Amino acid sequence: MKQRLITVANAIVVFAALLILWQLVLWTFHVPPFMLPPPVAVARALVARFPSLLASFAITAEESAGGLAASIVFGVLIALVFAQSRWVRRMLYPYTLLLQTVPIVAIAPLILMWVGGGTPAVTLIAFIISLAPVIANTTQGLVSVDENLVHLFLMHNATPAQVLFKLRLPHAVPSLFVGIRIACGIAVIGAITGELYAGSARVGQGGLGYSILYASSQLQTDYLFALVLAAVVLGFAFVFVVMFFEWYFLHKWHASARAPETA
Amino acid sequence: MSEALAAPQIEFHSVSKRYANTAMILEEIDLTILKGEFVSLIGPSGCGKSTVLKLISGLTAPTSGAITVDGMTPKNARESVSYIFQDATLLPWRPVQQNVGLGLELEGASRTSREEKTATLLKLVGLEHVANAYPRELSGGMKMRVSIARALATNPKLLLMDEPFAALDEMSRDRLNEEILRLRAEQKWTAVFVTHSVEEAVFLSTRIIVLAPNPGRIRAIFSVDLPGKRDSALRESPQFDELVTKISRALREVVVQEMVQ
Repeated sequence: MKQRLITVANAIVVFAALLILWQLVLWTFHVPPFMLPPPVAVARALVARFPSLLASFAITAEESAGGLAASIVFGVLIALVFAQSRWVRRMLYPYTLLLQTVPIVAIAPLILMWVGGGTPAVTLIAFIISLAPVIANTTQGLVSVDENLVHLFLMHNATPAQVLFKLRLPHAVPSLFVGIRIACGIAVIGAITGELYAGSARVGQGGLGYSILYASSQLQTDYLFALVLAAVVLGFAFVFVVMFFEWYFLHKWHASARAPETA
Repeated sequence: MSEALAAPQIEFHSVSKRYANTAMILEEIDLTILKGEFVSLIGPSGCGKSTVLKLISGLTAPTSGAITVDGMTPKNARESVSYIFQDATLLPWRPVQQNVGLGLELEGASRTSREEKTATLLKLVGLEHVANAYPRELSGGMKMRVSIARALATNPKLLLMDEPFAALDEMSRDRLNEEILRLRAEQKWTAVFVTHSVEEAVFLSTRIIVLAPNPGRIRAIFSVDLPGKRDSALRESPQFDELVTKISRALREVVVQEMVQ
């Protein structure tokens, strides 16, 4: 507990130091506020436009969560197919690399054309770019079961379904969570990037990415900073939620979930 | 020896085993293990001890020759066979109780019969107080006891053990050796036991088979006919020492010959 308080205190001190440094840079180099607004202006913009900020935050959160949820569902299903044989993996695995390397910016116009703008398009983008880590980690977990455990199951005449659901799948849960932890950060980034291109179908109100684009075009740099801050908070929130579930499901039996402060 | 005990549990008829693109692991093994025997396999690395267990369990098939277990093919006999590995191989996400009940669960036993059986077995191995603990909370010796309880839960007629105590400290090892003998006295299963320790083999077995490597074959067979009860006092008796010395010598000859070749 004390250790954690010290960690939090350290983080606050670093944050305060950064704010002071920021202010010093402004005073020393006379930077115009539309290029770099003072911290106070950012705070003021944050308070003054909180309702619309919150609305953008909610939209992006919904899109990221939708993309992430789809990644988890489809990622696990695909991993279950991959786990069936080395042959299937050899044949299909290269295509998961494609998911990671496809420049999302380049296919954004296509996605817009297929599903229209707004939330569906952005959710789809968040899904595409966060899928690969779920597939890769879950597959790894499914196939890395100790050979003797498989033998043990065979000795008791276990069916293939029993080996899958009573052995491979539970064994893959810690790796699945590693995948989800990576995917959740990517999903948020994907949603925000997606919004820059796929924008919003709702008139006057878009997610964080859309609002960032709009604020920069209006030279509302103080609000832009507030939006960036909101994006950071959103990313953190996702990671914390995932870490909570990881702890909830694994702390009883798995070492990785017992000491988050050292992770 | 009664009629039932004299029946063969395992028969090897000129069994050879070669894994793809490797040297011969086992060559022309002929071996009969009778019901009620406790047979230890001992020999240097690469002599195919573990392969013998894999063949008996049907986890791998012989390249040539025939194996019967209880008069059946190894795969068909699995129902009455349990396997204990060098690691405890527990499922870390299941509490002790559910690990012990795993075999019964896979074989489709009802929940109530499972709970009854696991409770009995946990008592038998002295672990009823950790029934709800997870494997990571247990010591190495306790994990192995859970593994033994799990193997016995399905009422096996034949128990295959692949160096089950090799990773334990000497004290836990000696204690578990005595426990294995006590359980066997109660439940009368046949055992095939792989080990590197001559003393352990002598303490547990009714018969000891010394294997030589490259290719694996039977070098010598020793009957263990020790007087009195098998308890810690036995380990200090002169007959025990004598047999250990004799078998160690045979084992050393195997190793020396191997080096000369």
